[in-house]
Amino acid sequence: MSMVEVSNFIISIIAASTPLLLAASGELVTERSGVLNLGVEGMMLIGAIAGFATAHATGNAYVGVLVAAGAGMLISMVFAVLTLSFFANQIATGLALTIFGHGFAALLGANYVGIAAPVLGKIAIPGLAEIPFLGPILFDQNILIYFSFIMLGGIAWFLRKTHAGLILRAVGDSHDAAHAMGYPVIPIRYGAVAFGGAMAGIAGAYLSLFYSPLWSQDLAAGRGWIALALVVFAAWRPLWLLAGAYLFGGITYLSLFLQGLGVPIPSPLISALPYVGTVVVLVLISRDSRRIRLNQPACLGKYFHAVA
Amino acid sequence: MPYRLEPRGERSQLWSYASPVLAVVLTIVTMGVLFAILGTPPLTAIETFLISPLLTVSGLASLAVRAAPLIMIAVGLSFCYRANVWNIGGDGQFTLGAIAGGGLALFFPNAAFWWFYPIVLVAGVLGGMFWAGIVAFLKLKFNANEILTSLMLVYIAQLVLTWLVTGPWRDPMGYGFPQSAMFSAGATTPDFGTTSIHLGCVLAPVIAIILWQVMERSVLGFQLRVVGQAPRAARFAGFSNAKLTWIALLVSGGLSGLAGIIEVTGPIGQLTTEITPGYGFTAVIVAFLGRLHPIGVIFAGLLLALSYLGGDAAQINLHLPNAITGIFQGVLLFYLLGADVLILHRFKRVRAPAPMVLAESVK
Repeated sequence: MSMVEVSNFIISIIAASTPLLLAASGELVTERSGVLNLGVEGMMLIGAIAGFATAHATGNAYVGVLVAAGAGMLISMVFAVLTLSFFANQIATGLALTIFGHGFAALLGANYVGIAAPVLGKIAIPGLAEIPFLGPILFDQNILIYFSFIMLGGIAWFLRKTHAGLILRAVGDSHDAAHAMGYPVIPIRYGAVAFGGAMAGIAGAYLSLFYSPLWSQDLAAGRGWIALALVVFAAWRPLWLLAGAYLFGGITYLSLFLQGLGVPIPSPLISALPYVGTVVVLVLISRDSRRIRLNQPACLGKYFHAVA
Repeated sequence: MPYRLEPRGERSQLWSYASPVLAVVLTIVTMGVLFAILGTPPLTAIETFLISPLLTVSGLASLAVRAAPLIMIAVGLSFCYRANVWNIGGDGQFTLGAIAGGGLALFFPNAAFWWFYPIVLVAGVLGGMFWAGIVAFLKLKFNANEILTSLMLVYIAQLVLTWLVTGPWRDPMGYGFPQSAMFSAGATTPDFGTTSIHLGCVLAPVIAIILWQVMERSVLGFQLRVVGQAPRAARFAGFSNAKLTWIALLVSGGLSGLAGIIEVTGPIGQLTTEITPGYGFTAVIVAFLGRLHPIGVIFAGLLLALSYLGGDAAQINLHLPNAITGIFQGVLLFYLLGADVLILHRFKRVRAPAPMVLAESVK
């Protein structure tokens, strides 16, 4: 392989990994606050169609991204009201979100199938983008790829180094203790869910405005679910999430790459690779139940009802 | 906030029945608003969506045909959810049932014994059990989260099916379409008279009633409920969590597989790439709407089946996308989960707060 081919290969892996990283880093923050939102796939689809429709109407992909973030956040608030204020089961509500998202995207997207919207352009960072080999990989990408790294770094810093991050973790690990110390558990969780919703919406916009430029009904193709698995894989730690997202981006791209090479394996079976990979990785990670117990936010998925 | 939610301290019998009704009413109102936004007169649209499919005999028969797989899958899911096992991969187990039974039928196209069809059904059940068994095995042996593994297996099953009908099992006389040959008469779901009602429509309620009795009257049913509601108590009582997880998943996988094989040997008649419009996911809603009770599931299955027919009717008569069905289902589940708060809580009016001084002195 020539240098250009290697660099294109890496660029393709980055492109495939970014939606996973965006959605999973939002979900990581949500889960760290003690809320399990299984609706990532639905929020991604809603973000994807909202971003697509907006970009198609305004001709501006960036406005599309903003609207996608807003749409993801808005629908995540339905989840938040039901689970945090009405004590609904988080698993069932997350599923409802995904079913609703599929329906919503299919309804709004019915007239867009096969149509293209404005695509997010690449932003070359002056000077750095001209570096041979590394330049095109690191400094000539679209805005959401930079954004995914900035957010991941920001989340890692926030959770580890800031007081607010400590409170968020406390809420996730022991809502009773956090409440007793006077922290507003429910509003903090609302915030964390909203953040997760916005990030999933942005991940959706990345798919519809960059990765897969023509609108199709099943755009997310299980990426929201893979993102959920990644959070478990990463044991709720941001830097591991980066590794996981790129591992899966790599597997996703590999399955496309192998099909392109004409490997004598039927293409549907190669397409199953990321899903099989998710199961395998989940098994390997979960086998050590102590590791999961040590890292999982202790109040994940539990109700909190302030008594006084 | 003038109102506050306060625990009732016990389950409200009234609201555990009233909340699904309230949810359905609110969903219909919301759909009316949605139809108005889409530029269709709401009453006409709701009439088309929810009532018109029920006005003809063939419409009622289609309702039963659509409800059959939903009820079969959802009864199994109720079984799982009662035991706190979150199988959401009904669609994958359905697909594997169709593959296993369908494969057998394709392998013996000339089998004309009366007992061949029952064997095909058993193969379907075993296919679904196998797929759910993977979930049980990974959960118990490796502690892998069943929500994620069962869901990933949905995608894998779909891709395996796609491979089979585009590759080894493609009908050589099918002009290259991604579909298998039609199943022979010996491997076709019996139907009754001139309507589209088939064996599955009869089996589904029978299965529901049998599982209801199992849940209510057997030791196994009792153990499942205890494991779900009070895992610690179940441990002290010595109930084997592993055994119950296996049983819950195998039962629900087997029923999904049965639904799958009946669907492909009945209404569809062959294997294609699209054998389920998401029955496995809709069945999750059916299970919740039916209060995880097999008899409730029958009614809920009929309502959700109606949403599929309504989507088709809205598409044909009103030129609306049939994705309306998905919206209806999602909104319904949202309202149901929201309304369920009233089972354990009540809204209480909050009076003007007590003076601060008093609050301080109490401290």
